[in-house]
Amino acid sequence: MIPPAFEYTRPDSVDEAVRALADAGDEAKVLAGGQSLVPLLRLRLAFPELLVDVGRIPELRGVREDGDTLVIGAMTTHHQVVHDPLVRRHAGLLAEATATVADPAVRHRGTLGGSLAHADPAGDLPAVALALDAELVVAGPAGRRAIAAREFFVDYLQSALADDELLLEVRVPRSDGWDFHYEKFHPVAQSWAIVGVAALVRRDGGRIAEARVGLTNMGATPLRATAAEEALAGADGPEAVARAAEAAAEGTRPAQDLSASPEYRQHLARVLTRRAVLTATGMG
Amino acid sequence: MTDQAVEREVGRRRLRKEDARLITGQTNWTDNIQVAGLLHMAILRSPMAHARVTRVDVSPALDYPNVVAAFSGADLAEGLGSLPCAWPVTEDIVLPGHPPVAVDEVRYAGDPVAVVVARDRYAAADALEAIEVDYDPLPPVLDLEAALAEGSPLVHTDKGTNRCYTWPLATGDSFAAVRDRAEVTLKRRYHQQRLIPNAMEPRAVVVTPIAASGEYTVYSATQIPHILRIMLSTVTGIPEHKLRVIAPDVGGGFGSKLQVYGEEALALAIARRLGRPVKWTESRSEGALATHHGRGMIQDVEIAATREGGLLGLKVDLLADMGAYLMLVTPGIPILGAFMYPGIYKMDAYEFTCTGVFTTRTPTDAYRGAGRPEATFAIERIMDELAAELGLDPVELRRRNWIRHEEFPYTSIAGLTYDSGNYEAATDKALALFGYDDLRAEQHRRNERGDPVRLGIGVSTYTEMCGLAPSRVLRDLRYGAGGWEAASIRMLPTGKVEVVTGTSPHGQGHETCWSQIAADVLGVPFEDVEVVHGDTRAAPQGMDTYGSRSLAVGGEAVHRAAKTVVEKARKIAAHLLEASEQDLEFSDGAFSVKGSPEARRTIQEIAFETFTNHDLPDGVEPTINAEHVVDPENFSYPHGTHLCSVEVDTETGRTRIRSYVCVDDVGRVVNPMIVEGQVHGGLAQGIAQALYEEAVYDDDGNLLSGTLADYLVPSAADLPDFVTDRTETPAVSNALGVKGVGEAGTIASTPAVVNAVVDALRPLGVRDVRMPCSPHRVWQAIQEARSGTAGGTGGTGPAQSGQSGQAARSGELGQYGRPGEEGWA
Repeated sequence: MIPPAFEYTRPDSVDEAVRALADAGDEAKVLAGGQSLVPLLRLRLAFPELLVDVGRIPELRGVREDGDTLVIGAMTTHHQVVHDPLVRRHAGLLAEATATVADPAVRHRGTLGGSLAHADPAGDLPAVALALDAELVVAGPAGRRAIAAREFFVDYLQSALADDELLLEVRVPRSDGWDFHYEKFHPVAQSWAIVGVAALVRRDGGRIAEARVGLTNMGATPLRATAAEEALAGADGPEAVARAAEAAAEGTRPAQDLSASPEYRQHLARVLTRRAVLTATGMG
Repeated sequence: MTDQAVEREVGRRRLRKEDARLITGQTNWTDNIQVAGLLHMAILRSPMAHARVTRVDVSPALDYPNVVAAFSGADLAEGLGSLPCAWPVTEDIVLPGHPPVAVDEVRYAGDPVAVVVARDRYAAADALEAIEVDYDPLPPVLDLEAALAEGSPLVHTDKGTNRCYTWPLATGDSFAAVRDRAEVTLKRRYHQQRLIPNAMEPRAVVVTPIAASGEYTVYSATQIPHILRIMLSTVTGIPEHKLRVIAPDVGGGFGSKLQVYGEEALALAIARRLGRPVKWTESRSEGALATHHGRGMIQDVEIAATREGGLLGLKVDLLADMGAYLMLVTPGIPILGAFMYPGIYKMDAYEFTCTGVFTTRTPTDAYRGAGRPEATFAIERIMDELAAELGLDPVELRRRNWIRHEEFPYTSIAGLTYDSGNYEAATDKALALFGYDDLRAEQHRRNERGDPVRLGIGVSTYTEMCGLAPSRVLRDLRYGAGGWEAASIRMLPTGKVEVVTGTSPHGQGHETCWSQIAADVLGVPFEDVEVVHGDTRAAPQGMDTYGSRSLAVGGEAVHRAAKTVVEKARKIAAHLLEASEQDLEFSDGAFSVKGSPEARRTIQEIAFETFTNHDLPDGVEPTINAEHVVDPENFSYPHGTHLCSVEVDTETGRTRIRSYVCVDDVGRVVNPMIVEGQVHGGLAQGIAQALYEEAVYDDDGNLLSGTLADYLVPSAADLPDFVTDRTETPAVSNALGVKGVGEAGTIASTPAVVNAVVDALRPLGVRDVRMPCSPHRVWQAIQEARSGTAGGTGGTGPAQSGQSGQAARSGELGQYGRPGEEGWA
């Protein structure tokens, strides 16, 4: 548990950070809350030459409104997200899911941006960002660009961020009036989800008008359960939701690990999708 | 005479006096120790389970910055002997050599192959990467049954076998005979998965040499400073009187620090060679590989009974995974369990055989309960199966077979004399607290309506032998040491008291409890007592802490020493008060003449008198200090009844403990808060085995659950509120009447939880679930029962565990397996 040697820099601004990343080529890693990167370093599974600590860049913190969009700084900690009134009001799914991340110590250090940029399909927040149709704003030497969450998660632990790009903020469309629930299935409180389901549901009368379902740990990236989403549209009660949820694992290729087989994960995805939607809507 | 004082401290719910420094860390944990010129040791470990080591070149490491030295196994072999095994359980046991650093063969993933010594820990860790090692892979040995088969690859080629020993015990009638007359027999196979102890404080060692005089001080995060001193002397050849071993404050052990580790011997050998102080601290993931593991057994259990549920006999065949080497008490762990399989029950026949098997995995050794949790699990699980077979309530079946309170002292079928107990009282109290009948009714309702969330109720009635131990019994078991404990009391001139104990606390709260005991007997304030421990110079005689022994043996020694102090003081008091000893009363810490309470001499005043020695009676030495070594004549036998209710979500396989009630009888209680803490922690560890923890290996012998991300240690958030209560039946084997509580919770809880899980699923046709009963395993067991494929004996889970012995025993399932009683909702 002794990390290999690395250089360390702590820029004060986004420009400085981007410059540091650009200068280092592909040998730098951004250090946010350190809750994923530091263990990788200590287990000697990552060997960056330079750590760019973005913890002292004021621009990266805090939550603000921009019209119908909530803008959350990448360095906003999980704890701040959970307790932020704007997030709770306009992106309840994110607040609810973030409260299930690891334990209080981790939530005080870990950040929303770090969690998304790490692109771990077992992390809770990538699937939530997908369900919320969030947009991720990044800065690089050529300027700023926005990446849709759907385009952001490329492969296992791999995002669309270039080596010289820094994640600045997460733009979340307000989901006021939507029902939501994050159904996390984990063996012990502090462990990763075996499977998690983030459900966001808009109802029209007694029917589901639109549903968005994000899946945690059901493949190399977080996924949207598109077949289930389509099937959920028009569902008018528990039976219909249950039928629709049967499609939740379609197209998924979950991994085998110590906690679960792929078949078990697919089974859980179906059960948990049903439960997530029923809990969200109160239909159950 | 001191009864009034006894009321004052023993039995009092005192906050622990050691906690302020332990919690704030304002103390010496071994890793905190800094000395001038300290060097740091790092260890290169085998990435393979089994390989011949054809070449080790440490020289490239020497070119790294700040590296002082680097050694291969061959470099260190001179002057460093084999690590010791103190418990050769049979005459013909196979005892392989165990070099602290492998020389020509590695036998488990994590076996040390080279050592780097550097000026800081980072430099040492970096330089490990430069060491060149050539491995010639050998086949791993992982399956206990296959390891014993003809033609199996061998862990120790020169020994010609993987069989370490076979240890038999047969008492009472012949089991074959009672089986013939039995109306019901059941045979089950249970798996005790390997567990990784995970004490909060990692292992650490610091050795400071005085080269000029050849003296060494070893600081180690150990449970056994006294035993370690003897053993390190043997391993290194450094004379015992030149070695001082200190266990500073130690953050937990659970048996994992009841060990003589290679790293301790290495730090000492290297400090001697370099003449410099050396430190080593394990990382958490290094500890997962290199700190000994617990459990690791396959248990074949057969029980014979009458149709009315009267037990006739029990037969147990164990395969016990020794791992690659025999460490301090590795072979003896299953033997500690041998006497506990009959539990609290009366029967006519008992047969036990244990075969120790070498595998290419981390060695096993003591882990909280050490043999007794495994035994209790087996008997309590099969009692539930028998109850189901007979259509009896599991509590009723136990009631029909347990030793009744009026039958104590009772010699069990295994030959132990249980001194005291009241199983009826503990069980009745537990049933009432639990609301047993209401829960059964709810369970019935849920089953009737096919509720996807089933309710299960698990029972575990246990006893354990603890308070290790009568030395002569240990002799008969071929254990290499005695079981006594020492204590002395020093009365300081100002009236303050030092209690010197041979026990070595690592979280138990001895400082508080020993202070309570001494304060009562001496009639001095609790705050005036200091407890000295864990340093072979300050507390020279001791047998250390393990096996729930410290209070029953070491506490008893403190109690006797304090009584002797009072008796010695009485002589002086009589002289000073110009009265005869018989006319003196001692109460509240002072002597007075019966009938004239105004003339008093406090014990503190008498201590001062011995300091000045101005006016002591002729022939009386100027001291009232006293010392006792206690060697008990019997073990102590805590017992209790644990009841667990679980809700099992049959859709996902998740088990949630809904309520947990235990009523333990640990004899007289010195400090109720400490007892409750021990029970809570013990329950958590036992539940962890039932539901969460497992050391998982792949087919090549690599540890897959090598970090706390994969090895699931539950936290408070995963556990229910425990309802703990007690009955108090004083032990008669010691004057304090105490029994020991360190292991009880762990011993009792594992079968209570698994019994509850199986009870919940029995209507679906499930009759067993392999531990840990993870959601996936439970789900698999339900699927199997539903499809009728495996009779619901519990899935093996997604990971392949080499010790699983995965082939179900033929006959077992067909004979007794019952189809699911109802369809799948």
